[in-house]
Amino acid sequence: MTPVEDVLRTLAPRVLGALVRRHGDFARCEDAVQEALIAAAEKWAREGVPEHPLGWLTTVAARRYVDQVRGDAARERRELAALDASPRDALVAPPADAEPARDDLLELLFLCCHPALTAPSQLALTLRAVGGLTTPEIAAAFLVPEKTMGQRISRAKQTLRDAGARFELPTDTEHGPRLRVVLHVLYLVFNEGYSASAGPDLHRVDLTREALRLVRALHERLPASGETTGLLALMLLTEARGRARTGPDGVLIPLAEQDRSLWDRAAIAEATALLTHSLATLPLGPYQVQAAIAALHDEATSVETTDWPQVLALYDLLERLAPNPVVSLNRAVALGMVHGPEAGLAVVDDLDSGVLAGNHRLLAVRAHLLDQAGDRARAAALFQEAARLAGSRPEQRFLLARAAELFSPRM
Amino acid sequence: MAAPGDDDAGRMWPVKYLMLIYGNETVWNSLPPAEMAELISQVDAFNQGLRETGEFITAEGLVERPHAVRRGPDGPVVTDGPYLEAKEFVGSMFVVDVESEDRALEIAKAYPGIAFGGGLEVWPLMGHDG
Repeated sequence: MTPVEDVLRTLAPRVLGALVRRHGDFARCEDAVQEALIAAAEKWAREGVPEHPLGWLTTVAARRYVDQVRGDAARERRELAALDASPRDALVAPPADAEPARDDLLELLFLCCHPALTAPSQLALTLRAVGGLTTPEIAAAFLVPEKTMGQRISRAKQTLRDAGARFELPTDTEHGPRLRVVLHVLYLVFNEGYSASAGPDLHRVDLTREALRLVRALHERLPASGETTGLLALMLLTEARGRARTGPDGVLIPLAEQDRSLWDRAAIAEATALLTHSLATLPLGPYQVQAAIAALHDEATSVETTDWPQVLALYDLLERLAPNPVVSLNRAVALGMVHGPEAGLAVVDDLDSGVLAGNHRLLAVRAHLLDQAGDRARAAALFQEAARLAGSRPEQRFLLARAAELFSPRM
Repeated sequence: MAAPGDDDAGRMWPVKYLMLIYGNETVWNSLPPAEMAELISQVDAFNQGLRETGEFITAEGLVERPHAVRRGPDGPVVTDGPYLEAKEFVGSMFVVDVESEDRALEIAKAYPGIAFGGGLEVWPLMGHDG
């Protein structure tokens, strides 16, 4: 991220919050802020960041907003009348940067992650309105045409309007469920970036870093939320292994074979401290348990010295807190490490009758356990079958390599 | 990420789907012009709906004069006709970017051509990231 992008993305939600507070029309204010960000990116890259960047952006965004409303005069006569009644200065007067701006980050996150929206829409809108990313950047990050992404964002805003979504914090009873949606959206953004980090395209926005930045900002506002702390710790612990995760050709390297000296010890220490505090004092939830599992891996010097009984106990807990076939599949691997591959295979067989039936990951876990049990021939055939069904090129390459290893005679 | 023992989440399913629309001469050529016009307008509306939800990636019709390219003794050999000698051929295609496989199938079932006797195949597209 360039210094200009850094400033823009940090200020974007503050400018938008100020504008929405003044004018109320989220959809149009959001467009105006986007235009101001694009104008600033061009101008500031040439001339440097102005002395009062927040004031600059707010003034330009407010002008764009007024221009938009005036331009729509025929259709929006009533709104225009109200607008003309107020002096122009009141509409565009920038807040002085010295004056502490109201922080609307939470309101914006809750709005963009509104339950009326589909997950792809929540991701797109959050990245644009809260993350300060441009539509082309978001489109490139998700590998869809710009037009598709632009349409997705405007449809999301229309849906919010139709649902009567309000720019305010949810009530106490709604707060928990709504926060869970926000955390899930940020988790999906992170995963999208984490998956893409194997790709060769350096021009794509780093979604992993964007997700971390937003969760960090959320954690600052909600320090007593155990699950926000848990998600931040989980992201730090996962990202800490990022450099060791791919080989020179973008080939995926599994946890067992990673060079652990490449892991980011500072990030691991920060996450462990966050997690220790949250587990001791805050209400428990699935992200904290997932982070605790990740911490056990990150603290171990090798696969053999990993505290597998503890990993298994945490998967048992996770399965109770948030039952989900993918969790059960991961638990089968831990079970195999503690009680032997047959125990893991029995769980995989049970899962094969559910939603994961025929899924390439289920096949890969079964192949892994069969290999541990000494059945190389069946393991190899299953890795090959998993590769055929894999959803991405790097996964396919990884699975084919495992199959090839097993087909060749052991050295 | 498929490495067993790794706790990375990642996506379980692809999100882009290729829809291959099948038909044959008896299906498409037997439609009276008025019904054909009706089908075309329904397909236009269908595509427009997908554009508005932000799920539409692309759609193309296929011109009915394909060539097949196969390996021959002295290099690739080009012949007329589709690769597979099927009674049904691909007439057009579209690509969507959706939330889930369920959504892809829902879109496929809503394709207007089905009511006119055509059918389609839903193919997940492989991602380039892992």
